[in-house]
Amino acid sequence: MWRPPAGAEAERDRYTDVMLAVTRTPLSIDALSAAVESSIRSRGEGCGALASFLGVVRSTHQGRAVRYLEYEAFDVLAVRVFERIRDEARTHWTDAQLAIVHRVGRLEIGEASIAIVAAAAHRAEAFAVCRYAIERVKQIAPVWKHEFFEDGEAWVEGAVADPEDTDARERARAIACA
Amino acid sequence: MRVTVRLFARLRELAGRESWPVDLPGAGASATVADVWAAVAAEHPALAPFARAMSCAVNAEFARTTSTVRDGDDVAFLPPVSGG
Repeated sequence: MWRPPAGAEAERDRYTDVMLAVTRTPLSIDALSAAVESSIRSRGEGCGALASFLGVVRSTHQGRAVRYLEYEAFDVLAVRVFERIRDEARTHWTDAQLAIVHRVGRLEIGEASIAIVAAAAHRAEAFAVCRYAIERVKQIAPVWKHEFFEDGEAWVEGAVADPEDTDARERARAIACA
Repeated sequence: MRVTVRLFARLRELAGRESWPVDLPGAGASATVADVWAAVAAEHPALAPFARAMSCAVNAEFARTTSTVRDGDDVAFLPPVSGG
């Protein structure tokens, strides 16, 4: 797995940032929610709503029984992409806050692979930002899912990641506002 | 010039390796991501079908196949993503 070069302190600060991160340890929506709430408590109107999303490992994929998954990420780029998604969200929902943490390594059925927490002064914005974030993660985050079945294994390949694709970004915004 | 190539997920498995130095003889002081890909695909023909369905990054920033690479750069090739 790719690691930041030794001495790249600025990179490591971002890499370990609790709100935009890739981690090998189990995800906690409570800890993430607390961090997000406190980060905007004294900004603007303050925090009146938290919307969260957990993606979890499903027991089947297209009719096949799943044993477990392995996730792999381009860690440094993934954190930069999460930061980009947060900044994009703020162009639509100005005072929102957003946390995205993706887990990598082996995950068992029922375990959470991604935790997203969106915060805003009011619920409509929090829900919209949360939905926008997961749609954009699916489109552009450099993360890969490797499924292990009872009778084989397969890499899942979805979107060709292109952050500059404005049509994709608009699709995510439209879904978030539906 | 010499760059470091990194592959992820299925590209890494197909090539059987994750990261290695690639020399681009005759490229002078600069080349493009496409030149790096051509060298990688020549060495690992199984990767060639991904040419139209991948992303690339230079020094951990998204790039285009037309982007310039320089000696010492880190050039990553990414198959379609599936996070979430």
